Amino acid sequence: MRYRAAALASLRIVPLDVLTAIYHRASGQTHIVEAPVPEILAALGEETMGVEAILDRLARDYALVDPDPAALTDRLEELAAAGLVARA
Amino acid sequence: MRIGPAGFRVGSDWRRPIAELENLYRDYPKPEDGVPDFTVRLFAARPWRRFVRPAVMIGGDFTIPDAAPLPLDLGLLAAEMGMNLQMALAQRRYLLLHASCVERNGRAVLMTGESGAGKSTLAALMMARGWRLMGDEFALVDPETGLIHGFPRLVSLKNESVAVMQAALPQARFGPPQLKTPKGDIRHLVPDAASIAAMAVPAVAAHIVFPRFGLERAIREVPPAETFVRLTQASTNYVALGERGFDALTRLVTSVPATAIDYPDAATAIRQVEALA
Repeated sequence: MRYRAAALASLRIVPLDVLTAIYHRASGQTHIVEAPVPEILAALGEETMGVEAILDRLARDYALVDPDPAALTDRLEELAAAGLVARA
Repeated sequence: MRIGPAGFRVGSDWRRPIAELENLYRDYPKPEDGVPDFTVRLFAARPWRRFVRPAVMIGGDFTIPDAAPLPLDLGLLAAEMGMNLQMALAQRRYLLLHASCVERNGRAVLMTGESGAGKSTLAALMMARGWRLMGDEFALVDPETGLIHGFPRLVSLKNESVAVMQAALPQARFGPPQLKTPKGDIRHLVPDAASIAAMAVPAVAAHIVFPRFGLERAIREVPPAETFVRLTQASTNYVALGERGFDALTRLVTSVPATAIDYPDAATAIRQVEALA
């Protein structure tokens, strides 16, 4: 399965503390998220990527202790349900 | 009349609630240019109920369907509820927070919590100590500037708070007792002259306080994300404002400290709040 993030222009991302507030202009919904959600959205950028490629980029940009494709897939599916990520 | 930035027109099938409003709001200005923003109408549930066991329905630009009518003795309360309803449902210019607010030296303290947390009483007691009362029910956040605008309507005092405020402000004007309402016995307090005179002056938010009454004294810093979530729940128009509401609220919670205080009595709470501000 490949994923792409909602268009960056459709998101307002405001770090609050350990949590981050995201306003999704397309749906008018507010999401309060924790790591690694902002990092996943940043890793995807404007590209369409598979789970392994996303994991590689997260490992490169962040100190990933335990790269786990299954856990990342779960997070991506949650984000897809919330509308912040689309399955491509 | 005008309350803060909002002008109201109130009509009624009966003279009495209007006379009570005219008396209690006699020092308030008229709506700007004479044009009100919101209309409230108190009308009889059935034509004959104007005369027989009068029953007051609350109408206006926005209404709640199936709301139970109030007896005419509670006509003033019905008018206040009607005005609150228009603000809660129709206000689009400002992000509306269900909070009381007091100001000193241009710095506003917002107090928000569930019904019974003591936000009205604390704000009224702080007014008695020289703070400007910006409102006991709603605080308005301007999405353009981030400033807080007041809504100093009559202070709605419930149950034991009535006697507390009569003792604290023996010279103040109070409305007629509104007994056996759904929230208990209510009496309205007219804000002091300084608070009414400065009602149009906004203030910088300096602190957000979440008070809770009836517990041992405790104090806890509230992180921005928790404050954000609590304030979305305390806002009646956050969703309606869309991105403007999101921007106003994230700006508020990332720039203003927030504290939860538990307090066993009002004197303790005031010491806690004044130490923060």
